[in-house]
Amino acid sequence: MAIYLTKESKVLVQGMTGGEGMKHTRRMLAAGTNVVGGVNPRKAGRTVDFDDRAVPVFGTVADGMRATGADVTVVFVPPAFTKAAVIEAADAGVQLAVVITEGIPVHDSVALTSYAKARGTRVIGPNCPGLITPGQANAGIIPADITKPGRIGLVSKSGTLTYQLMYELRDIGFSTCVGIGGDPVVGTTHIDCLAAFQDDPDTELIVLIGEIGGDAEERAAAYIRDHVTKPVVGYIAGFTAPEGKTMGHAGAIVSGSSGTAAAKQEALEAVGVGVGNTPTETARLVLECLAAKA
Amino acid sequence: MDLYEHQARELFEEHGILVPRAEVTDSPKEAREIARRLGGRVVVKAQVKTGGRGKAGGVKLAADPAAAEITARQILGMDIKGHTVGKVMLAQPVDIETEFYVSYVLDRAAGGFLAIASAEGGMEIEEIAATRPDAVARIPVDPAEGVTSAKAGEIAEAAGLPPQTVDVLVRLWEVLVREDALLVEVNPLVRTAQGQILALDGKVTLDDNARFRQARWGADTVEHDDALEATAAAKGLNYVKLDGEVGIIGNGAGLVMSTLDVVAGCGARPANFLDIGGGASAQIMADGLSVILSDPAVKSVLVNVFGGITACDAVADGIVRALDSIQLTKPLVVRLDGNNAARGRAILDDRAHPLVQQATTMDGAAQRAARLAAATA
Repeated sequence: MAIYLTKESKVLVQGMTGGEGMKHTRRMLAAGTNVVGGVNPRKAGRTVDFDDRAVPVFGTVADGMRATGADVTVVFVPPAFTKAAVIEAADAGVQLAVVITEGIPVHDSVALTSYAKARGTRVIGPNCPGLITPGQANAGIIPADITKPGRIGLVSKSGTLTYQLMYELRDIGFSTCVGIGGDPVVGTTHIDCLAAFQDDPDTELIVLIGEIGGDAEERAAAYIRDHVTKPVVGYIAGFTAPEGKTMGHAGAIVSGSSGTAAAKQEALEAVGVGVGNTPTETARLVLECLAAKA
Repeated sequence: MDLYEHQARELFEEHGILVPRAEVTDSPKEAREIARRLGGRVVVKAQVKTGGRGKAGGVKLAADPAAAEITARQILGMDIKGHTVGKVMLAQPVDIETEFYVSYVLDRAAGGFLAIASAEGGMEIEEIAATRPDAVARIPVDPAEGVTSAKAGEIAEAAGLPPQTVDVLVRLWEVLVREDALLVEVNPLVRTAQGQILALDGKVTLDDNARFRQARWGADTVEHDDALEATAAAKGLNYVKLDGEVGIIGNGAGLVMSTLDVVAGCGARPANFLDIGGGASAQIMADGLSVILSDPAVKSVLVNVFGGITACDAVADGIVRALDSIQLTKPLVVRLDGNNAARGRAILDDRAHPLVQQATTMDGAAQRAARLAAATA
């Protein structure tokens, strides 16, 4: 079953005809994703050949949905146009908009996430690697060949840490891996994914990866205490990040006492979540947890 | 990016918010002239991007132009929490009757902006919020509607601010939206003895992601406290200087932060954060290595790359070509994993550089880099 994305998902790609869009559409198709169309108002009516598959280009998301029954869109358009792209997708009624674009102004992220939410469209990202349900579909830029289908659900702010953990646990496999993005404002939170994994019969254990900044991990801890019965293993990056310095992700900034890695680890451990000190140790905790369940 | 007080003041003024008359300078002589223009008696304020200026002696009243020159000379060059004072702002003193606090700040959890206001400004708002939470109003702002007069009225009433502040609240929201700010704060917002509402001190944080449509805050407003950070920024590298001895290069902010933690866990201290992103071309690798090697504190360097989209053989090629163009002076530990890792490792083995070692795991690589740093110390 997995969460948010399955082999039944029909995927549009906004910005498919750009460099990144082309590269990753080819990868998504190779991973078995049912990419049914691209969207570009200036190239409507054409088709783009990806190896053995010709993918049509539509002028609008609404046209693409009407013609194909698409329910997911992956957004690769440049930051200046992303807000309009997501608003268009939400107006068309798409269920899931995965926003890969990096460098979106926060005011635009606030506007697009609140607009989409009001219209029932789930946004994942922005500035995220997307999500993958191994063996079924891949919406975004997560490498599909790291691991296989399995029983771990993973939610993470960071792309490369997601890949690292997928790699460490490649022999167990994953139900779905969701990179929610490291920006200060994102459409889908750790808590949303925890709730979805809790309800997903294919997921036995949840890995939660966080990093300094904000209080999403602390809130996730409270949610786990009250609502999650499946085992959760955590990892937090950024213990050595100095106060007040941004470490790449706009969201990863520590100011004052809240938002530190130590505070997040403490909050998670207080509700019984094992937290690894390194990605490798985190993977070991997962294996121990699964062994104890068996 | 945080703005200096004088820049925030300028923005407020452009948006029709009343501010004290003021000018900025880096010269004590000019400070005397400015004080004369402003009527003699002035407040001399250090321009630094940190709090606690007053306590550190960075804000002083000068009775006349001669005193302004002396005070400016004292404050210029002063160190306030690691920030050197390069400029002072001289402002006309204001006859304060009451002090308030107002700000709009990003509420990450809610995914929107929050208005925070209090009738008790002047002191640290965190302290008031902690001791008497009722004295601070927090009102979420609907992003689609923004702060209208009606909304501003609601904020003012909730905080117990006088009705004259409504106009300022509306204009301050315009500053936030038009300038793509993540924070605008006025503390204190004052009512003068003459009944005017004046923004006496302000803090504005602009969104770096919005630079493409906010052209006027160019590169000259970006301040790098550190020479290495300035060099790295000029090369387009995502580099942050830290205090340790193990240089770090990795791909992806999360993995690099994690690498810093793992190195620290081995008893060493990371010398920097450097995220080379997905590309990892030879040029980026060479640029990154040269910045790190020019840090005299660095004793060893750790390259930690997980090949996701990036293939490890391309990263290894980048390292090999970087080794041809720069002089490697310190031991380099490389850990390549993921996509095409075996081919990448073979490329480095073939190059057989005496100072380059490989490790197969992240933890093992960190341990080795930490040991090498300790051995060369």
